[in-house]
Amino acid sequence: MNQFQYVRPTKPQAAIDAVAKDANARFIAGGTNLVDLMKRGVMTPQKLVDINRLDFRKIEREGNTLRIGALALNSTVANDRQVRERHPLLALALNAGASPQLRNMATVGGNMLQRTRCAYFYDITMPCNKRQPGSGCGALEGINRMHAIFGFSDKCIAVHPSDMSVALVALDATVQVSGPKGNRSIPFADFHRLPGDTPEKDTNLEPGELITAVDLPDSPFTKHVHYQKVRERASYAFALLSVAAALDIDNGTIRAARLAMGGVAHKPWRLTAAEQALVGKPATEATFQQAAAVAMQGAKAFKYNEYKLRLGPNAIVQALKTAAAV
Amino acid sequence: MNAPEKKIGKPMNRVDGRQKVTGAAKYSAEYELPNMAYAVLVGSTIAKGRLTGLDTKAAERAPGVLAVITHLNAPKAPGIKPAGKDPSQPQTVGSALQVLVDDNIRFNDQPIAVVVADTLERARFAARLVQARYAAEKHLTNLEAAKPNAFLPTQAKKNPKSPTADYQRGQVDAYKTGALKLEAEYVIPTEVHHPMELQSITAHWEAPDRLTLYDKTQGTMATRRDFARQWGLPEANVKVIATFVGGAFGNALHSWPHESAAIIAAKVVNRPVKLMLTREQMFTMVGYRPHTWQKIGMSATADGKITAITHESIGQTSTYEEFTESTLGQTKMMYQSPNLTTRYRLAALDIGSPIWMRGPGEATGAFALESAMDEMAHLLNLDPLEFRMRNYTEQDPEKDRPWSSKFLKECYQAGAQRIGWNKRQLKPGALRDGEWLVGYGMGVGTFGAHRGSSKASAQLLPNGTVLLQSAVTDIGPGTGTAMTQIAADTLGLAPEKIRFEWGNSDFAQAPTQGGSAIVNTVGPAVQEACLALKDKLRELAAASNGAFATAKKEDITFTDNHLTLAGNPAARAAYADLVKQAGGTAVTVESKPSGEGQKYSMYSFSVHFAEVRVHELTGEVRVSKLVSCADAGTIVNEKTAGNQMKGGAVGGIGMALMEHAIIDDRFGRYVTKDLADYHVPVHADAPAVEVYFVNQPDPHVNALGTKGIGEIATIGVAPAIANAVFNATGKRVRELPITPDKLV
Repeated sequence: MNQFQYVRPTKPQAAIDAVAKDANARFIAGGTNLVDLMKRGVMTPQKLVDINRLDFRKIEREGNTLRIGALALNSTVANDRQVRERHPLLALALNAGASPQLRNMATVGGNMLQRTRCAYFYDITMPCNKRQPGSGCGALEGINRMHAIFGFSDKCIAVHPSDMSVALVALDATVQVSGPKGNRSIPFADFHRLPGDTPEKDTNLEPGELITAVDLPDSPFTKHVHYQKVRERASYAFALLSVAAALDIDNGTIRAARLAMGGVAHKPWRLTAAEQALVGKPATEATFQQAAAVAMQGAKAFKYNEYKLRLGPNAIVQALKTAAAV
Repeated sequence: MNAPEKKIGKPMNRVDGRQKVTGAAKYSAEYELPNMAYAVLVGSTIAKGRLTGLDTKAAERAPGVLAVITHLNAPKAPGIKPAGKDPSQPQTVGSALQVLVDDNIRFNDQPIAVVVADTLERARFAARLVQARYAAEKHLTNLEAAKPNAFLPTQAKKNPKSPTADYQRGQVDAYKTGALKLEAEYVIPTEVHHPMELQSITAHWEAPDRLTLYDKTQGTMATRRDFARQWGLPEANVKVIATFVGGAFGNALHSWPHESAAIIAAKVVNRPVKLMLTREQMFTMVGYRPHTWQKIGMSATADGKITAITHESIGQTSTYEEFTESTLGQTKMMYQSPNLTTRYRLAALDIGSPIWMRGPGEATGAFALESAMDEMAHLLNLDPLEFRMRNYTEQDPEKDRPWSSKFLKECYQAGAQRIGWNKRQLKPGALRDGEWLVGYGMGVGTFGAHRGSSKASAQLLPNGTVLLQSAVTDIGPGTGTAMTQIAADTLGLAPEKIRFEWGNSDFAQAPTQGGSAIVNTVGPAVQEACLALKDKLRELAAASNGAFATAKKEDITFTDNHLTLAGNPAARAAYADLVKQAGGTAVTVESKPSGEGQKYSMYSFSVHFAEVRVHELTGEVRVSKLVSCADAGTIVNEKTAGNQMKGGAVGGIGMALMEHAIIDDRFGRYVTKDLADYHVPVHADAPAVEVYFVNQPDPHVNALGTKGIGEIATIGVAPAIANAVFNATGKRVRELPITPDKLV
């Protein structure tokens, strides 16, 4: 690890200033990902701005919105009564991620800002456009069994590793940020980026912008929800692929639906067309299979992740079946 | 006075349990010596070629750095010979890699420099500043590509009786003309050792010709021999301490480059040097279970008698060392096949040398053999247990002689009953539990009941404690506890009055811990040392009390502060007096195997039964129940032995379902570099493992009746799971691990 400066401001503006004015400065909260990346030389910030003393830990309801502070711990959110009652899909996704020890350190903002787990990104001797723009994509012709089937480019086929974010994009969350130019809101679906020609940019945050909270609007998805995570061991593994499913069912008919996938794209992948295919239909396996087929339209596999084309629709069907309890 | 309760067989708690759970147990990286320095290795970033330049200036200038050592400035150890034949390695040809001796790069992440600093953090920082330039050559890291050049191991070329030589009974490849036959290829990937404790060493030159190593090793004496030879020192000048070893599984059966590097570094800076590998370096700088391709041809009669088996294997080795293991051993002796052919070959890759990993080659071979048995049973429409019973061997078909003991049938019965084998359906895919398909499978394991020579020393201390010493290590199975129990029974003394010390090369000679042979080998030495001690004490006591002169050994009784005789409480000899009398009571004995090994085939046997659930849509596999049954002779400690069986079974789950080190052949580098990418089972993957021991003493291996447990705990588990997956789904996965992508 390189040497770095460490500051611990108590006011948001001081934190924002510290990062906005220094291209080599980074925020740090739980540090569960950044510290690993620093140990491997993947990220080499010269200054760490510890934001743990900022007052962004609260989970509170304002009107029809649940506001979750960016520094709320993953474990706190997953166990929060309001979250469990009003947004159980989020609690399920959080508990599917990492391990209890990590969830006790990791924050909501940090979870969203995790870097990809692509092996080529992590090994500084290998090519990776995300780590070193212009060096090439190691995964494109390499070991790509964990990689994207949607929204990739020839510059990057990495996937976003967060489970929590898959639930948040399904639940129409909004990200609150503060920056040098003031505050703004970003719809969750617009927060993460596709790689395009600039895979080094994971999100649409501007330099110095700090996530302060995530807002969740009230929704009818309080009962028929499921987070289906397919992984190679029973716990503590990144998803081969995951599905967040939420249904509002009235008398056997689907009134509204939310569907998103993880482990398939550079960002949590919302499946709006498949959601439309569910609405107004009976909550049956046949309906779910039709929606899964719609969801997989446009998917394209590489040498080692062809299985995701079969696993994807299966996992969607399973998630919807469990959510609907049919 | 009543005879003390027998300790052998009892589930006695570990003698070092309290030290381990309270953190008092000191592992090799936990020794703090005065003036200690810290070393960090820099690895190559190419897989093959030469170093053409090394820029170490920035690293040398970094704060706290004491030395940056490369092949250009490293002191040459006098015993290092250029790569070639090394008589100290009878199992291998070529030498273990010598580090910092030349500019050759033989695998990716090969150590090319060692940075020594006053703190670990400073050493780590400076290590990143070392810049290397290379002339890369075309490397080969792909087994499939190397297979056409596979070769017979040199040991087999020299000796047609070598276990790795081609073996034949009956007709060659007779399965090809069999009425009912199968032919299938099986692959296991490279599996990497990841014991909890990382490889670590603290090297201390106490004088220019005296070296002490606090080292993670399975053999204090083997490590002493290797480094005494390397530095041209008498063995007595090298001391190796490995009191606690945090899991090893074969990983510390060999001397590795980092150990040499630490010793060189300690020489250069003239301070004790500590070096611990990182988790990433555990993939590359130490050995692993080799990637192995196998092919089995088998034929059988319609009534389920095997008529022929051909088993071929090509295993990965390095370019500088021939690593061999007994992949085909089980096939030669497990089933009564009149025609049997085996061919063992190696393929050299530009990757560091493999090493034995629990169960070693037998576990690899059993995956193929026991999967093929299941496939053949399916072809025959026979229950796989019944198929095995029809081919059961009452004597060794390989050596044509009796077993020293074999209770595998009893294991079959006990296991089948415990797993609920009667629920198994012949037709795959017939059982389900909701969206989970349920299946049952079995796999058999065997491993030689090896026994070597060993010494042990024993002495009575003035306080009435008996001190036993052995150079053997305890890598986790509970060796120290088992030896204490054996001594307690032999002496008729409470375990609390016995102190067994181990893990120090200065203690009585003992073999390296491995190959399930330690209780078989060191157990008798401890037993005999205790008997010799009793003799000596009787002689000493007889000098002052005639009653002892004619006493029988069994009558000698230990009390709180004196020796006495059963039935003659008047005969007393105070411990303090006995010890004073002769200036100590120490005895050292050597215990050697009898000639029985020539007359009998000695093996431990196991069978594992698995119940698995496979998700019909996602292909996820969960092992819901495992039953492991063993014929391992006398069980010295039911608790630690059960613990070994459970650990071995969980290792088998990893092998079956998740362990897979993947190399990107373009770079010759692993893309699985940590425990997030390289999966081992977590608690949620490990069901309760039910263990059953036949617990019948073997009459021939040794006087204790033991046969060994460590390997058979793992051998046969992976095929049991693979066979259960087939039974659940009808899908036969012949390439491990069985991940969801292979089942959807």
